[in-house]
Amino acid sequence: MNISMRAPLSLLPLRLHDVVFAAGDRRIIDGVTLTLEAGPRTVVIGPNGAGKSVLMRLCHGLLQPTSGRIAWNSPELPGAPRRQAMVFQRPVMLRRSALANVAYALKLAGVAHIEREARGRAALRRVGLDHLANSPARVLSGGEQQRLALARAWALRPEVLFLDEPTANLDPGAAQEIERVISAMHDAGTKIVMITHNLGQAHRLGDEILFIHQGRVLERAPADRFFKHPASAEAARFLEGELPWQA
Amino acid sequence: MNDISNAVMEALHLIGGADPKLLDIVLLSLRVSITAVAIAAVIGLPLGAAIAVKRFPGHHTVVVILNALMGLPPVVVGLAVYLLLSRAGPLGPLGLLFTPTAMVIAQSILITPIIAALSRQVVEDAWKEYRDQLRSLGERPLGAALTLLWDVRFSMVTILLAGFGRAAAEVGAVIIVGGNIDGVTRVMTTTIALETSKGNLPLALGLGMILLAIVIALNATAYVVKETAQQRFG
Amino acid sequence: MASIGRRLFLTFLLCLAATAQAQEKFITVASTTSTEQSGLFGYLLPIYEAQTGVKVRVVAVGTGQALDIGRRGDADVVFVHARPAEEKFLAEGQGVKRYPVMYNDFVLIGPKSDPAKVAGTKDITAAMSKIQSSQAPFVSRGDRSGTHMAELELWKASGIDIDKSKGPWYRDTGQGMGPALNSAASMNAYILADRGTWLAFKNRGDLAILVEGDKRLFNQYGVMLVNPDKHPNVKKDLGQQFIDWLISPAGQKAIADYKINGEQLFYPNAGDASA
Repeated sequence: MNISMRAPLSLLPLRLHDVVFAAGDRRIIDGVTLTLEAGPRTVVIGPNGAGKSVLMRLCHGLLQPTSGRIAWNSPELPGAPRRQAMVFQRPVMLRRSALANVAYALKLAGVAHIEREARGRAALRRVGLDHLANSPARVLSGGEQQRLALARAWALRPEVLFLDEPTANLDPGAAQEIERVISAMHDAGTKIVMITHNLGQAHRLGDEILFIHQGRVLERAPADRFFKHPASAEAARFLEGELPWQA
Repeated sequence: MNDISNAVMEALHLIGGADPKLLDIVLLSLRVSITAVAIAAVIGLPLGAAIAVKRFPGHHTVVVILNALMGLPPVVVGLAVYLLLSRAGPLGPLGLLFTPTAMVIAQSILITPIIAALSRQVVEDAWKEYRDQLRSLGERPLGAALTLLWDVRFSMVTILLAGFGRAAAEVGAVIIVGGNIDGVTRVMTTTIALETSKGNLPLALGLGMILLAIVIALNATAYVVKETAQQRFG
Repeated sequence: MASIGRRLFLTFLLCLAATAQAQEKFITVASTTSTEQSGLFGYLLPIYEAQTGVKVRVVAVGTGQALDIGRRGDADVVFVHARPAEEKFLAEGQGVKRYPVMYNDFVLIGPKSDPAKVAGTKDITAAMSKIQSSQAPFVSRGDRSGTHMAELELWKASGIDIDKSKGPWYRDTGQGMGPALNSAASMNAYILADRGTWLAFKNRGDLAILVEGDKRLFNQYGVMLVNPDKHPNVKKDLGQQFIDWLISPAGQKAIADYKINGEQLFYPNAGDASA
């Protein structure tokens, strides 16, 4: 259990109250009220266009809600090092070596210059990339880059890690390695919030499921119960794969 | 066609003779334009990057004006700088008129908008790709501008070459602020203009070929450097 | 980053250049394109510099612009060939004193086919009248230069109001002597030129000298120190030193010695008080 030593108060729980996100006339997020607690791995699933990515970006702070409130337990101060991280579907790496990419994130987090290389290498070792530390990040394979993204996030020792379909573009072997790293981070104390389309992955990795449909949280349940007995008709249809692509 | 073959003969004659005056002229041309590019880069690259990442009221207007300034006529810039630097003008006491420094100033003014406008475009395109990830890591807009500038450094080479090309090719600004003084402010382009006006067309054309050859050589070198570096970093 | 090192190095170079300039003794002379393009300065100035160690920087533009440069205090000495304009310059208090230095002459250049039939005429005004009445193409410099002003004087002397008589035959190009000759060569037109530029000009096409020798084609050069009272930055000692040399026997001989293909271009006449 590794509660961050930097802040006296934990980031979590994260409270959303009546959050709406509208683009033009469309309400992509249509009134979400929920609380994310420390501990369980939260997996977010739902049909395409349901608003999962937008919801995650709202939580992470990349988007501002049109109305409603999003409040962390202890707010992140602007300009201070971030205590949450996000991994995107496509990894975005700078034109530098793998190690330099991790060091860059550490620099932004305020880590002293002398510490960065050591911590960077440690992070790369944890995900099995230390032999590629000096390789240009952009020539790595898709799976390696995504592992690098995780290493970068892990080096920051975030309290919360958001992941938006991290294995969508990877072959099963690479996907499996990513899942291993995510589990390891969870074991080290990071709260995991992950979007996935892969229901097998959702069942493997998820402790609780958030089912999003048309911009609302339709169902929230422990993973086992959700997959065996979904409470809502839409969830049942989704699991059976019959839900139309338009949410 | 006869003029062209005469010009080629003149060019070869000049190069083969290793005329020291010609060497001075070439070196001065390079010194003035390269210095101008350096100054324009120091000002223009961060300026373009900052405009690319920050949104502010009037942003669209600034972008349009910046793009339009790429088309500043050299002779107009030359005239404006002349009036600034003349003894009768506000910066007269500096005594910079009719010196290479004045030429550097004029060319820097000429190409800074080019470098700023092009770097703005390149950085903006990169920002679209990097924005979510950099913000997620806690990067602020201006820090992002510098990070992106370094990341798109290979595109920057092309931008700097564009600026250099414009500077090395212009004659309108340097002839007004420099005065085309023999041995002091005479560069390749003003020499070509002078020889043309004297009716020495083969010589003027020969000099033009030499100028072109130098610019091509510079571009080729930059290309090779860029390609090898890009191989390494992807 | 390596680029910081490079920037510092360049700044250092610029400073070096600036200081190097400050240590060299030099004056700035505003003169005319015809004087420069005839090659006179290329011959004269190395002699002066070897003797005195003072470098002479010549900015060569049209007479009007040269005098303007003097008015702005951007030159120490002006060396032009348009007496009325020079006298005006003095009257404005912009110059200290006018010294006649040398003269050359204008020649009427034209196509060998000579449509206006002026070749060999001794009377320049008669020739100009013929050109105007036959509407043969004529190129004018149109740039307030000494040559341009001389041309306008000759039209007047021929009894022609050129502003009224201008037509498509009269091509007002607004160019220096060299470019104007280029234009005349390509248009096969008549043009008034100073002999010096013509002798040095290589792109003659089908043109040749058709009228010369008339006293009214006489082109006098004068030199003046820009008034240091109006422009304190003027290097009055070095400037006067140059003027003194031009009118000295050594300078006058050097002027006379300048030849193209064995032909003398400029005739020194500093001693002629009426010039």
